[in-house]
Amino acid sequence: MGMKEIGAWALNVCNARGVQFADLRIVDERQRGLATKNGKVAHAADSNSMGIGIRVLANGAWGFAATEDLTRAGVETTAQQAVEIARASAQVKEHDVTLAPEKPHVDDWASAYKIDPFSISVEENLDLLMKVDAELLKVQGITLAETNMNFRRYEQWYYSNEGADIHQVKVTTGAGYACLSFAGTEIQKRSYPNSFGGQYQDKGYELVRELKLVDNAQRIAGECVALHKADQCPEGKFTIILDSSQLGLQIHESVGHPIELDRVLGMEANFAGTSFLTLEKLGKLRYGSGLVNVVADATEQHGPGLGTFKYDDEGVEAQCTPIITNGLFTGYLSSRETAALVGLNRSGGTVRAEGWNRLPMIRMTNISILPGEKPLTLEQLIADTEHGIFFQTNRSWSIDDKRYNFQFGTEMGREIKGGKLDRMLKNPSYSGITTEFWNSMDAICSRDQWTLWGTPNCGKGQPQQVMGTGHGASPARFRNVTVGTAYKGA
Amino acid sequence: MLTKDKVQDTFDRIKKYATADEVELLVAGGKSALTRFANNTIHQNVAEENYQLSIRTVFGGRAGRATTNKFDDEGIRRCVKASEDVAQVQHPDADLLPLAGPEAFGARPQAGRAFLETSSLGPAERAAGVAKIVEVAKRQGLTAAGIYSTSESVEAVVNSRGLVAFHTQTAAEISVTMLAQDSSGWQKFNSPDARNLDPVALAETAAKKARDSAAPKELAAGKYTVILEPAAVLDMVGFMFWDWGGQAILDERSFLNNRIGTQLFGENISITDDVYHRLQSGAPFDGEGVRRQRVPLVEKGVPRRLVYARATAEKMKKSEHAAKVGPVEATGHGFPVPNEIGEMPMNIVFVGGSKSVADMIAGTERGVLVTRLWYIREVDPYEKILTGMTRDGTFYVENGKVQNGILNFRFNESLVHMLANVEEMGQPVRASGEESFDMVVPPMKVREFNFTEVTKF
Repeated sequence: MGMKEIGAWALNVCNARGVQFADLRIVDERQRGLATKNGKVAHAADSNSMGIGIRVLANGAWGFAATEDLTRAGVETTAQQAVEIARASAQVKEHDVTLAPEKPHVDDWASAYKIDPFSISVEENLDLLMKVDAELLKVQGITLAETNMNFRRYEQWYYSNEGADIHQVKVTTGAGYACLSFAGTEIQKRSYPNSFGGQYQDKGYELVRELKLVDNAQRIAGECVALHKADQCPEGKFTIILDSSQLGLQIHESVGHPIELDRVLGMEANFAGTSFLTLEKLGKLRYGSGLVNVVADATEQHGPGLGTFKYDDEGVEAQCTPIITNGLFTGYLSSRETAALVGLNRSGGTVRAEGWNRLPMIRMTNISILPGEKPLTLEQLIADTEHGIFFQTNRSWSIDDKRYNFQFGTEMGREIKGGKLDRMLKNPSYSGITTEFWNSMDAICSRDQWTLWGTPNCGKGQPQQVMGTGHGASPARFRNVTVGTAYKGA
Repeated sequence: MLTKDKVQDTFDRIKKYATADEVELLVAGGKSALTRFANNTIHQNVAEENYQLSIRTVFGGRAGRATTNKFDDEGIRRCVKASEDVAQVQHPDADLLPLAGPEAFGARPQAGRAFLETSSLGPAERAAGVAKIVEVAKRQGLTAAGIYSTSESVEAVVNSRGLVAFHTQTAAEISVTMLAQDSSGWQKFNSPDARNLDPVALAETAAKKARDSAAPKELAAGKYTVILEPAAVLDMVGFMFWDWGGQAILDERSFLNNRIGTQLFGENISITDDVYHRLQSGAPFDGEGVRRQRVPLVEKGVPRRLVYARATAEKMKKSEHAAKVGPVEATGHGFPVPNEIGEMPMNIVFVGGSKSVADMIAGTERGVLVTRLWYIREVDPYEKILTGMTRDGTFYVENGKVQNGILNFRFNESLVHMLANVEEMGQPVRASGEESFDMVVPPMKVREFNFTEVTKF
């Protein structure tokens, strides 16, 4: 059975019942997850899920229903259910939903990759992970070594009663490892190349080879054990430099979430929260220093980020939206509904769903800080810093429900003295208020230091959906930042 | 809904395609619906039906797992093959146990946790419930946001050694946030039986919190006596139960390493994992079909016992930790095999006290009343220092009375310290938060809770 025919069964039911708008996504998703722990295979599994999610606008309100049953009866019953749900929604509304216009696109797109990750044998995958695992355990003092590798192929057919017909295939690869050292009354941890399972991108198996997993294992394990003997990170106001992965998460939490228009408009108030970025601040708020330039860029030109696609999950073409321009707040993440609500001509194309059985909603695409224009390496930035602390690899993260007050901890810190990296610091943390922090940024490294990180675990929505987002960043320096709060009073 | 007969039929078809020595089927899924509202409007409203079958195949010490939601013959054939392909490329694991036999689950009758009154609720009934909440909001000049959800779920484990474990249950939940100009209030409740939900009562309580915390004042950060409502207690303590499995001790990633049998918490803290408790929910078996036991985890402040999957118990018996961790046996708390974590207790029941929240307020000279906590993350894994924020109703208490709403705090507090400093507790209730699974916990009054920063609202 062709997907277009399955889509037509649903749309015909919706149209016959007089809905204002209907769209649907048929998704076929395959995943492979592999992990080792202390020299043994910890997890080896393949999974597959396929189904249809149908969204309708009837009586000015939304309804959504999803099923795994792709028979004609299953699809038509589910379409009917979506309409009934929309009519029930209309019992409690303040106004009718309207949508910003979008040309119905007809297209076929696939993310680029060199090596299909599913073409590499599980045996080869596990051999590599076991090698990394063994390298980590060679370092005395390591009490737990964990490695992982994950592949995903996400194929989606999108149809709407406006005439959209979009087929997209996205392949994602992720890999990384972490080690723990328990000694005395302390557990220390180091991860590579990032926390949250490593690095994730819309690439094939070539990403695994680029990461040089084995080459870095003993260094990372050595740092983990050495942290036990390091000095505790001091408390006070310091100049700090964030490595690019930590800056990526800083962007995610203190820029990416507050610019979501559904949060701004109160739609997430019960769970994820709202935002300090109320509508009157657009074009007026000095979000950061003049060096801060952030974009929400879902286009392929930005790179193979987890937020890269050609069309979002309501058929809107991928775009690049300037979010912070020379420090000024200039843009939100929007959907067709929220764009219409705030008077934008077009959605910013940021709506995505975790799978076929979840409602598409505003999600971060690739929210990236642009690199500095002047050549500046991390080494040069450190050399230019008289005294400060260099923060590496996230360990803890927390921010309030309007996205003002944040606190981050990293796995490792290094004191900077006289332009050079000095003693190792354990348990480093820093905290602040979003706009004060971004206004304190006085240097950012250039393009050659910029990495497009993948965050695979962003949670939002009810029922909660987990989404991958992209964050490009190069190391940057911030002045007069509060450091050490996490252990204050402990 | 998927029936026990259909699960058995699916397993029979799996066996037809399998060439492995042993085969295990896990089934999970069901029907769920969630009506979501904000700005006094239903803005999202969803329903789904989905079932996953997960097949583990074992060839002489080598195991693989594959999962699909396709129950037709071709879907099952492919899933079996994927599972066997993964298994066959692995090196044999000498520690891999045979699948659990039927005696591991037994034939004890199960408490019913599926209610027609929940499964029969449709979108119109949920919308009517939301309309009542919105009416409360509008009457008081507030804006309501939240959810009203229902579900009917199935869990099953069937294996080639003859074990069959099957469980169905329903769940209904309401969460309400009431927003005022510069304040908010929140309430949440769930039950397997939708008749236990009272949307108006939840809305009225959330609305009162929003009204009472209006025009919040700034209170300096520092150590305060806090009165934590049950949802706040739940979201804090939930972080320690990931460490309560035998595997966490073997991996030396647990804050309980070298602390079992010591006076870690106050003598007023006793905790049991008990899936059979009348306020609990969930299946009475684990990811291998082993019947869950009632396990006393903490007695009078002393961690006494851990929970175990079958394989973890065997490893623990041979380990250097065996003599220091209390009784070691499979307790029916394992996750589906293979996995990295091993096991954890997820039906937590605290022993409480006799004080109400009102009593605690009345007996507090200077303190902070906390409705809910948010974005809690672990700062230090051994001292179990957690950071997070207060949210949706934080109040200053002085001379036995709630004085005013206050700007929200960031905390950095050790769970070990917190549970050693509990001064008073109330009646345990089934509580639901956002950072952890549901538990039966009391409200607590805790001294010297460490607030480190103040935010702007």
